[in-house]
Amino acid sequence: MLNYDLAVIGGGPAGMAAALEAKENGVEKIIILERAAVLGGILEQCIHAGFGLHYFKEELSGPEYAHRFIELVEKTDIDVKVDTMVLTIEDNNIITATNNTDGLIQIKAKAIILAMGCRERPRGAINIAGSRCSGIMTAGTAQKYVNIDGYMPGHKIVILGSGDIGLIMARRMSLEGAKVQMVCELQPYSNGLTRNIVQCLDDMGIPLKLSCTVVAAHGKERLEGVTIADVDERLCPIPGTEKFVECDTLLLSIGLIPENELTRMAGISLDRITNGAVVDEYRQTEREGIFACGNVLQVHDLVDYVTIESKLAGKGAAKYIKGESFGGDYVETKGTDGVRYIVPQKINRDTDCDVNLYFRVGSVYKGAKLVVKCGDNVIMTKKRPRMCPSEMETVTIKKDIISSLPDGEALTVSVEE
Amino acid sequence: MQFDVAVIGAGVTGALTARELSRYSLKVALLEKCSDVAMGATRANSAIVHAGFDAANGTLKAKFNVEGTALMPSVCEELNVPYKNIGSLVVAYSEKEVETLDILYHRGYKNGVPDMKVLNRRELKELEPGISDSALAALWAPTAGIVCPYELTIAACNNAAVNGTQVLRECEVKSIADDGEYFTLETTKGEIRAKYIVNAAGVHSDDVARMIGDDSFNIIPRKGEYYLLDKCESEKLSHILFKCPSEMGKGILLTPTVDGNVLAGPTSVDIDDKDDVDTTQEGLAMVSANACKAIPSISLRSAITSFSGIRAHTDREENDFIIGPSEKNGRFINAAGIESPGLSSAPAIGKYLADLVAKLTGAEKKQDFDPVRPAPVRFREMDTEQRKALIEKDKRYGRIICRCETVTEGEILDAIHSPVGAVDMDGVKRRTRAGMGRCQSGFCGSKVVEILARELGKDINEITKFGGKSCIVYERTK
Repeated sequence: MLNYDLAVIGGGPAGMAAALEAKENGVEKIIILERAAVLGGILEQCIHAGFGLHYFKEELSGPEYAHRFIELVEKTDIDVKVDTMVLTIEDNNIITATNNTDGLIQIKAKAIILAMGCRERPRGAINIAGSRCSGIMTAGTAQKYVNIDGYMPGHKIVILGSGDIGLIMARRMSLEGAKVQMVCELQPYSNGLTRNIVQCLDDMGIPLKLSCTVVAAHGKERLEGVTIADVDERLCPIPGTEKFVECDTLLLSIGLIPENELTRMAGISLDRITNGAVVDEYRQTEREGIFACGNVLQVHDLVDYVTIESKLAGKGAAKYIKGESFGGDYVETKGTDGVRYIVPQKINRDTDCDVNLYFRVGSVYKGAKLVVKCGDNVIMTKKRPRMCPSEMETVTIKKDIISSLPDGEALTVSVEE
Repeated sequence: MQFDVAVIGAGVTGALTARELSRYSLKVALLEKCSDVAMGATRANSAIVHAGFDAANGTLKAKFNVEGTALMPSVCEELNVPYKNIGSLVVAYSEKEVETLDILYHRGYKNGVPDMKVLNRRELKELEPGISDSALAALWAPTAGIVCPYELTIAACNNAAVNGTQVLRECEVKSIADDGEYFTLETTKGEIRAKYIVNAAGVHSDDVARMIGDDSFNIIPRKGEYYLLDKCESEKLSHILFKCPSEMGKGILLTPTVDGNVLAGPTSVDIDDKDDVDTTQEGLAMVSANACKAIPSISLRSAITSFSGIRAHTDREENDFIIGPSEKNGRFINAAGIESPGLSSAPAIGKYLADLVAKLTGAEKKQDFDPVRPAPVRFREMDTEQRKALIEKDKRYGRIICRCETVTEGEILDAIHSPVGAVDMDGVKRRTRAGMGRCQSGFCGSKVVEILARELGKDINEITKFGGKSCIVYERTK
């Protein structure tokens, strides 16, 4: 049995930032457990630029962003085990993990940070009818084939879903010489960042078809084409609008799901909307000493925000290990009227920091206001020229406001048009 | 290549027949046109071992079902294939359907199905607490069970191979000539000679029969579509739940699978193309509209995949299995029209056909037949101590490749290097469950491709999903 103060599960941007912040805050024995062969997580295959604009104030590629943190981790005495999969977390914070050099390892940690990231929704999640031929894969899988392995996943491509990975892959495949026929998006608006629509589709001349989906895949062995159809306001395909589009590859960018198998196994309850753990302002879950951050907690659009969130978790874990916990009297947060969820879901009334609330709206709003309330009492309103589901919103609540909130009332954020 | 017997078709019927034949001192070949075994009707069906009350009295379906279901536990034990005897319920929702339960009960009784019972509402609720409040009664058949059809087939092929059967994949029979002693089969793997042929070619068994001039039946492919649900739904039901049967079959059922998922389906539609396993919007919509009637708390939102399979339905009026020597040639033995309850019947059909061939040839049983296929390593089912010991023996069992189903590199290597080993991604998936979980190979797919390429000495762009042109990636990037 190995003993650590802090075990971090996942060595992507979230895990690394959390571990480094914990170290900076005086935690001595830290270990990072990473299932891939190297640290960096999914950033390693994101060779495009656009990372770090907020956090480093400069534009980096995914691997560059990751390497800033990898170098920092290497300069510390943080232990790292790569190619290592965590199998279980037991009640007494004992982690069982496995790899092919040490075999089965057991680690007892005072605190644990969950930073396992997320995975892409597969074909089964949306039920495209038709053939189960090859040539249908998630955009992230295709990204690995082309950027890491150096193989073309296809030549004639249709992309379903305008999430950022789909948009990035539309450009990437075009640059590699493939013909990207179109990007279809079920919603009447894009699910990606505006800058990605402009740089990845508009600049490359790739059409974006809104309110349109793939209803069937065709091909006996390799994909030969797909049937697309327009959808109505309830997102159901409209009969008679079906069209055949020739392609050998269908890339899916239809959403991300936090990978919370271990979280669930640890008996931690999840938020129905985020599919991540319910946490406080330092990202502590309902199990004392277990924290969660990054895409395993909520799917982010920008890695910069993952880093910022993970530092909170690292700091929180350090406080917990040093015995500086809060009273456990919480103010709950709640998204209403157009705000789908809020992270953190609860805030310690006696917290020592200003708290950023992160959330997403349910549809596109122009010239609307965000209203923060406690009961009927309006705490602040913020004008927003444009809000959409694909871009995470945030408001900051001062700590003295938090401590002065009345008992029994939730802090709510809503959209007012 | 010269054999005593060539079995055409490595589905569950062909595989179990070949295994039974390998008990005898016979030279046996098992020929499969696809890149892997278990690729036809066996690949995608309800995975149920039926009690045997569906088939009409006195039919081959009734006989082989009841016998096969009785043999299934011991066959699965020998082959180390998971089999769960969970029992089935035919649920009635109207007074008319309650009457149907009586008919099924009496038919089952005559077929020799043991221990059936008609349950009233209260008894049904006790046995299956999640059952819909609109359920009035049910027929309980405790001998029914669940088994994974392709796992059974793969295990049977491996065991047959260890006992001397030559399993030839990508070996499609193009034509058959007969000189009175030997058949000569022109195949995509060259000429094969055999004294006897067992025709277990599934939906193509009529095409194969026609090669020797037997045109006494036609196969009408009948498609069935399914949803496979996430393991999180499995605690909501514990038995196979049928609706009352109709003319087109047993209707849409809901059942746990041996691997802990829930299966909903099938539809039942006659189609023209024997190789058409596309799912359809209409079919899937039909499954979603009907599947959850029995257990209202189950949600199809938890579907992780959908698929369809083809059943080999015959156009003969009696609607029965066609089993036995062809009227055109006594050395050509049909095992055709094997639709439901084909999986349940397969152990009995295999035994019957092997004994028949042995009688015709005068072959003796071998002394050294080994009935046991050793249990494959299943890391996900082990406790910590077992895992520790396993990894100490071989470090490759310490490297997890598929995180959703907890499949190790060691298990994938075992699957590739077994006697009838995996040669493509779907082959690895069926043998190990890598890629079978909720991410549906999003993460492990490229690792499996890499391992296949390394172990088979190929480039990764030569690795396919299921043979033919089903490549995963194309050429190298510039």
